[in-house]
Amino acid sequence: MIPFDVAYYRPSTIEEAVQLFSSLEAEGKRPLYYGGGTEFITLARLGRTFADAVIDLKSLPECRILSVTAHELTFGAALSLSTIEEANSFPLLTKAVREIADRTARNQITLGGNICGRIFYHEAVLPFLLADSRVVIAGKEGISEQSIHEVFEQYMRLSPSQFLVQVKIDAVYNKLPYVHTKRRQQGNTGYPLVTVAALKKDEKLRVAFSGVCPFPFRSLEVEERLNRKLPLDVRIANAIEALPSPVLDDIEGSANYRLFVLRHALLDVITALEGESA
Amino acid sequence: MKSEVILHINGEQRSTVIRQADTLLVVLRHLELTGAKPGCLNGDCGACTVLVNDTPIKSCMMLAIETVGQEITTIEGLHDTAIQRAFVEQFAFQCGYCTPGFVMNAYALTTQKPDADEETIRKWLESNICRCTSYQEIEQAVRSVLVQKKR
Amino acid sequence: MIGKSVIRKEAWEKVTGKAKYTLDTVSSGTLHAKLVTSPYAHARIRDIRTEKAYAAPGVRAILTGEGLPLTGEDLRDRPPIAWEKVRYHGEVVAVVVADTLMQAEQAAQLISIIYEPLRVVGSPKEALAEGAPLLHENLATYQKGKYTYPEPGTNIAHRTKIRKGSMEKGWAESDVVVEASFSFSPSDHAAMETRCATAEIRADGTVVITASTQAPFMIKRLIGEYFGEEVGKVVVHTPFVGGAYGGKAPVQLELLAYLAAKAVGGRKVSVWNTREQDMVTSPVHIGMEATIKLGATKDGKITAAEMVFLFDGGAYSDKAIDVTRAAAADCTGPYHINNVWCDSLCVYTNHPYASPFRSFGHCEQAFAIERTIDMLAEKLQMDKLAIRERNAILPGNTTPTQVMLNKSNVGNLPACIARVRELIEWDEWQRIEINSRLVRAKGVSCSWKTSTIDTDASSGAIITFNTDGSINLITGVVEIGTGTKTVLAQILAEKLKMDINDIHVKMDIDTQTTPEHWKTVASRGTFMAGRAVLSAADDAIRQLKAIAACILRVSSEDLEVGYGNVFLRDDPSVYIPIKEIAYGYKYPNGNAIGGQIIGRGHYILRHLTPLDKETGAGKPGPEWTVCSHAVEVEFDKRDYTYRIIKAVSVIDIGKVLNEKAALGQVMGAMSMGLSFASRETFFFDRYERVLNAQFRTYRPLRFGEHPEYIADFVYTPQIDAPYGSRGVGEHGLIGMPAALANALSTAAQVPLNQLPLLPELIWRTKEGWFNDSV
Repeated sequence: MIPFDVAYYRPSTIEEAVQLFSSLEAEGKRPLYYGGGTEFITLARLGRTFADAVIDLKSLPECRILSVTAHELTFGAALSLSTIEEANSFPLLTKAVREIADRTARNQITLGGNICGRIFYHEAVLPFLLADSRVVIAGKEGISEQSIHEVFEQYMRLSPSQFLVQVKIDAVYNKLPYVHTKRRQQGNTGYPLVTVAALKKDEKLRVAFSGVCPFPFRSLEVEERLNRKLPLDVRIANAIEALPSPVLDDIEGSANYRLFVLRHALLDVITALEGESA
Repeated sequence: MKSEVILHINGEQRSTVIRQADTLLVVLRHLELTGAKPGCLNGDCGACTVLVNDTPIKSCMMLAIETVGQEITTIEGLHDTAIQRAFVEQFAFQCGYCTPGFVMNAYALTTQKPDADEETIRKWLESNICRCTSYQEIEQAVRSVLVQKKR
Repeated sequence: MIGKSVIRKEAWEKVTGKAKYTLDTVSSGTLHAKLVTSPYAHARIRDIRTEKAYAAPGVRAILTGEGLPLTGEDLRDRPPIAWEKVRYHGEVVAVVVADTLMQAEQAAQLISIIYEPLRVVGSPKEALAEGAPLLHENLATYQKGKYTYPEPGTNIAHRTKIRKGSMEKGWAESDVVVEASFSFSPSDHAAMETRCATAEIRADGTVVITASTQAPFMIKRLIGEYFGEEVGKVVVHTPFVGGAYGGKAPVQLELLAYLAAKAVGGRKVSVWNTREQDMVTSPVHIGMEATIKLGATKDGKITAAEMVFLFDGGAYSDKAIDVTRAAAADCTGPYHINNVWCDSLCVYTNHPYASPFRSFGHCEQAFAIERTIDMLAEKLQMDKLAIRERNAILPGNTTPTQVMLNKSNVGNLPACIARVRELIEWDEWQRIEINSRLVRAKGVSCSWKTSTIDTDASSGAIITFNTDGSINLITGVVEIGTGTKTVLAQILAEKLKMDINDIHVKMDIDTQTTPEHWKTVASRGTFMAGRAVLSAADDAIRQLKAIAACILRVSSEDLEVGYGNVFLRDDPSVYIPIKEIAYGYKYPNGNAIGGQIIGRGHYILRHLTPLDKETGAGKPGPEWTVCSHAVEVEFDKRDYTYRIIKAVSVIDIGKVLNEKAALGQVMGAMSMGLSFASRETFFFDRYERVLNAQFRTYRPLRFGEHPEYIADFVYTPQIDAPYGSRGVGEHGLIGMPAALANALSTAAQVPLNQLPLLPELIWRTKEGWFNDSV
């Protein structure tokens, strides 16, 4: 039950979507771009978000693309997580999205929703941070393509009138060795205590995290420390010193416990990517 | 913000007036299709699962207006299916409240993924909470249907 | 018929979505209520402003707590709506009634309440500490039951004392002593159907309530008692109930629905909990702190047991008093101990208030006792099953409340232990290292339970016939998922030697036409209602024979009833079909005799007595079902994570009435016990607010997380029960938390005495992290 009225729009082109946003805003309304809807409905029911109009992006052809060419993979923001999972065109992404929520929920949750939403884990973004992906963003100024690193800083830095259309990665990334691990308080579903995604490119580890801090991140400083030629436990200890914020301390787990879990998660991830000899 | 819409439910066209902010669950229940249950209204428990274009969806997490032009199947649209028989025979429910949602999800699984491996079964069925059974009975029901399909 | 896995009568209703639950019956035109709840766990209500909300569209009434009577089953300490003070986070402070739920929700936002926060009490120990804030300053003035013993000036709502034998003697006889403390926070029942009720008051003053409840007859009685309604004018309907587990035994929303209906001139009002409210506003699973001290001889005979149970009853005592009393009554577990000292306290805290939870205080106390017994076995270097066998309670022994046991009123625990020993392959190994990280370990426990219900609780049954000779079976047992109504039909079919398909079961309850069954709780449905059904069948048989004797011109003593006929015992060719006499018999000339056959029966428990205030002596229940349990885990020594591989329960069931239904009850209870033990708890902040009142953060066991379940039975008949069967609905649960904790303690080689057994807890215990906050 959403305790307020909402007007629903389903534009069929990007231009129409952007224009709708502007005209609704001009009418004094508070519009919101809408993907799978799960987060909006969740928060709206509890009075933690408000919009009087939603603009559903699921009919925009550009947002529904899932294309794989020799050079590039393109993921539309309105693809459901289970669609991405079934297509399995970027195995690290497949692994990452398979651990989000549950299968039925993933039939609805969209890639864009997970990356751009308010619930801060954004676990689907980790593979894209590692793959130096490019994001296609639509807004009043038109459509632009940018490096994800310019736009995603703790969260997607979009203005309310902008929305994510696509995420693109170079095809080389879906052939690279990868590891993904999600550690929870208990059991097979639920938010992460620690999620670590990692890729190995040019003999260097790339590592991104969710659940460790109150935002997902990939830190070059952390990566640099993990790639030093030092004993593994020292590298991990050094990397942990470079975390970008204090470690989360909440009902999923205390900060100290998270650190304990993080150390082992990193140990496993690096061991898997560097081989037993490491 | 009300609209009159036509929804395609269980092979029938149902015309109804809805708030655009109404979830599919609310609208189905207003149409006296009360098989889908409100268990959490938060997308967590799966008791409200229905199929939209054959895909299991938590109807508390979708606006009804999104489903205009799509095929909705609720528990009321299943008649004497293999999965229902299996649930009955295996005692795969007790209080029955989670059952419509569980059956819809298991129906989609067994019809769309007849070769489902253990991991797939688990991944699909962990979407629903059952508080009465031990899940072992539900597992047996689903496996018995998958075995039939493979024959 | 008896023992067969007869398909549940309501099976097809449930797999087709046609089964109706309370909220499914809410018709258009019904008004809707929104509960406004407290954001504080302890605060004075300085002001409630409702004017703005009243002016909102669609609002029909706004209720506050002013002038309402105090309620509570054993001790009247709870206003149905908080007044002047709130005592837990989530407590109802106002109820808004409007044309639609959305209007009610919108108006609820407009109510402004000024609170003045008070110091909070976050655990029983805190509540008992000197200088602790008092939750109930007027405890001395509350109306209470004769056997309820509140301690005014403290936060103690009730104390049960068990004093058996001589502690001095017990300690003197002991060679070793172990002592340990245990704790866990409140958690939830998490029934999939949240609690809900509707009420309307008809023009003639009849109060009609429909509720998702285990206690429709208690609702009727309490509405009468609390509000002075004529009890005959209160009618309660209960359709299917979507899970209960004790959480729907208390009466709460029904009172609000009644008050709301009264405030709108009798119009029908629906009160329905959101999941978040269901978890904190409505009663929860009790928390506990306990200390257990056991003394034993070198060869493992337990000579003394001293135990203190401090139950976290939350803000109001309600059914928690009874739960803490039941825990005390069976405080030793299924062991014969001559010298017992136990204090079981129902303590007020600023937590959501507690209610029964499947097993009624037993899985909680068993966790503490069975962990201590493992510690005792370790100290004595004794086999953990052998020590349990050594102390197993037997016919001829007395219980903690000094009831003499015999071959009927207690099951065969040694046989259960022996079977568990086989099923878990105990003698093969109890702990093995798989590799440098993984270890497998087994844990065991035993349990028992009697049903501490009111000494005058009764159950009734009615059977009527249809013109085709088929039967309608009407009992007051609520179909909460246990399949009891199907089992009752089996009992009747067996008795009347008829086809189960010819027995039509009335599933819903209507207190005006359904005979009373006290409450559908305590695994007592089959026993009490079963006896009532047998008695109703006897009554019908007597009437059928009387009329048949007349028609067939024989003595009724020579007649038998069965297979749809009344026939001569020694010559079945002389018979008359039941259908020809069930509505009276018409002779060929048109004359008629007899009339509709209505069989009626009832059963009341025999010789139960309240527990003595000073010693606890008394007979709390009719029989003790005994069980033995085992759990096998695979534990990761590095990460402190684990998988539950296998869970076993062996229960002395007396007799199986419906095999799959019985197995389902046992395995479902085991699942709930493991879920509670491994993951379920409320997390509170330092203001004692619940932080995880959603399934997203309060996560019960899901599909795929379940271990292999093995449920098996031992058969020692309870002589006076239908076909000898014993209560079994809760027992699979009781020993699970203990068995899991014992297995993990063995695996991790550290005593794990708290719940839930999250990997973080094991890590903390093992690595000594206790000072940082969660």
